[in-house]
Amino acid sequence: MKQDIILCGVGGQGILSIATVIGWAALDQNLYLKQAEVHGMSQRGGDVQSNLRLSSAPINSDLIPLGSCDLIVSLEPMEALRYLPYLSPTGWIITNSTPFINIPNYPDMEAVNGELNKVKNLINIDVDAIAKEVKSPRSANMVLLGATAAVLNMLEPDKLREGITQVFMRKGQAIVDTNIAAFNAGLEYAQKHTLK
Amino acid sequence: MRTKNLLLGDEALALGALHAGLTGVYAYPGTPSTEITEFIQQHPLAKERNVHSDWCVNEKTAMEAALGVSFSGKRALVCMKHVGINVCADAFVNSGMTGANGGLVVVACDDPSMHSSQNEQDSRFYADFAMIPCFEPSSQQETYEMVREAYDFSERNRIPVLMRLTTRMAHSRAVVETGDVRNENELHFPENERQWVLLPANAKVRNVQLIKDYASFEEQAETMGFNRYIDGADKSMGIIACGIAYNYLMENYPNGCPYPVLKVSQYPLPTAMVRRLAGECKTLLVLEEGQPLIERRLKGFLDTPVEIKGRLDGTLPRTGELTPDCVRVALQLPELEKNAPSQVTVPRPPALCQGCGHRDFYTALNNVIHTYPTARVFSDIGCYTLGWLAPFHAFHTCVEMGASLTMSIGAANSGVHPSVAVIGDSTFTHSGMTGLLDAVNSNANITLCISDNLTTGMTGGQDSAGTGRLESICCGLGVAPEHVRVIIPLPKNYEEMEKVIREEIEYKGVSVIIARRECIQTAKRHAAQNKK
Repeated sequence: MKQDIILCGVGGQGILSIATVIGWAALDQNLYLKQAEVHGMSQRGGDVQSNLRLSSAPINSDLIPLGSCDLIVSLEPMEALRYLPYLSPTGWIITNSTPFINIPNYPDMEAVNGELNKVKNLINIDVDAIAKEVKSPRSANMVLLGATAAVLNMLEPDKLREGITQVFMRKGQAIVDTNIAAFNAGLEYAQKHTLK
Repeated sequence: MRTKNLLLGDEALALGALHAGLTGVYAYPGTPSTEITEFIQQHPLAKERNVHSDWCVNEKTAMEAALGVSFSGKRALVCMKHVGINVCADAFVNSGMTGANGGLVVVACDDPSMHSSQNEQDSRFYADFAMIPCFEPSSQQETYEMVREAYDFSERNRIPVLMRLTTRMAHSRAVVETGDVRNENELHFPENERQWVLLPANAKVRNVQLIKDYASFEEQAETMGFNRYIDGADKSMGIIACGIAYNYLMENYPNGCPYPVLKVSQYPLPTAMVRRLAGECKTLLVLEEGQPLIERRLKGFLDTPVEIKGRLDGTLPRTGELTPDCVRVALQLPELEKNAPSQVTVPRPPALCQGCGHRDFYTALNNVIHTYPTARVFSDIGCYTLGWLAPFHAFHTCVEMGASLTMSIGAANSGVHPSVAVIGDSTFTHSGMTGLLDAVNSNANITLCISDNLTTGMTGGQDSAGTGRLESICCGLGVAPEHVRVIIPLPKNYEEMEKVIREEIEYKGVSVIIARRECIQTAKRHAAQNKK
């Protein structure tokens, strides 16, 4: 069993804390894991991505081959589309629906949504709005992780919750609770609105 | 006790070095190498043992300090990005001549595809001509284990060792199982004292010895186990896979590779193993991350009986890092089914942060410079290099650490006016101070602007060597104190900033303008820390 994940977004949005939680849970479950990150110049408001591979068997490449990514998890809708050639024919896109516009030529949202809707397996979710609804406005990335948990077969939601607790514990119980609330809201949304 | 950790390649290397009995790490920050030193700075064992881990002013001072540790019989680690090895090349190449006493491991992190660099140079070439052995791991676990072997090799053979990582190894995380912890060495001095005094008479003797030793380094590369010959039934092709290229090869053969493979992770190149492969196979495919070092050596320029494929004949792309995909093409395997690229996505280049002081400095500088059609601005390496992009288009050159200042001297000598240099505070202390002394000694008509954000920003906010002392450094080097001016880059100060910039451009001689405001990323971090 394996799942290959591309985490993406704009530098500073917080894709690495999603990776950290998944990483903790994978280590706890004795899974094999490789996660290639982007550091340095590209972090300054540019597009960022991380290749995260989970498997029950040893993993060779740190990079995911074209056409074989199982989940594209994006904090930004246009950024989700950037990695389309990597998506497997049976793969999922789980993306935030709110654009992050820091460039003058950002495409028309209708065109972005048009391309996203062509993808067979799509969870398009307004993570910022849901995070606010559950009073966790700074945990939008955990809403996205929750939505991802609906299709992340390699790890049980409970293991991811445990990961959130471990990763955020040093910041205090209140921060853990808001992140768990955000995670639960994302998971619930994905289960209710998208999956049959 | 063995424990499992989720570690970056950089962190696996750092932990391996600590566990091997490290006494000091010496480094200047540079992507993708920075996390090695940062990991050691934060590690409890390093704190308990008081392992030296302060940042150095540049890679040359780092390499030389480490050589001093080795001379004293203890173990040292030097870390840098690939272009850093240019800065310390004098010390690095001559460390092959002195040899090592305590274990000395030099780490160069190469950046093929230039994710965060100005070129794709391959550090294996330096090891080759300095006759220094090189290790190139292919996994995080191997990185951890290889560091200790590299220290042992260094002490057994009395030679420094280069460890070469590339971006995808340095910045990729995997589970690493760690082993036992060894003590530091006791202080002890080299047996052969002559070898450390590189007078020609001594160096000539040592050179002959090093060439002899090099043959033994190659023998060890055949037997230590990092280079492996893995036989395959199909002899129509043999594959040489170096470092992480081996992973991309095996990714394409989940059930095992049908061809014989030579996995290379230690140099000098094990020529007997290569001869065996060439003798058994009709063609050779060379998979190297970086530049075609092995391929070029095998191919030469005369015809060889074995056809050699790789980056030079177009089987693999001539530039850029390897991927499982380009290796797949080279292996002539069928393409996987995939989507076409999206038609609506546009590039999202990195940019200076909103609220960054470099922005306000460039705005004021541009307002003045645009009134001088003959002005040329020479910039340097750091976050502020992003000022070349829209909307600033603020300068004309960016080459390497320190070149802003010295290029502005050459341009001024050639009659360019205004000749303006823009450099960050950390880059200034790394490689700008000596150039400023040149400028003072020839009274060059330049305006040096130090955009001082009180940190090494691009690599994530490490300490900057001259913080709090830039004015006294400039005055100490001989700049007239009345022409060392400090401005605070904020929109409300544009008028005052422009006045100062114009006055110093008009002054005939060396002037320094320090635009000082803390990096907003480190300012945020400090504010959060103070709240606690």
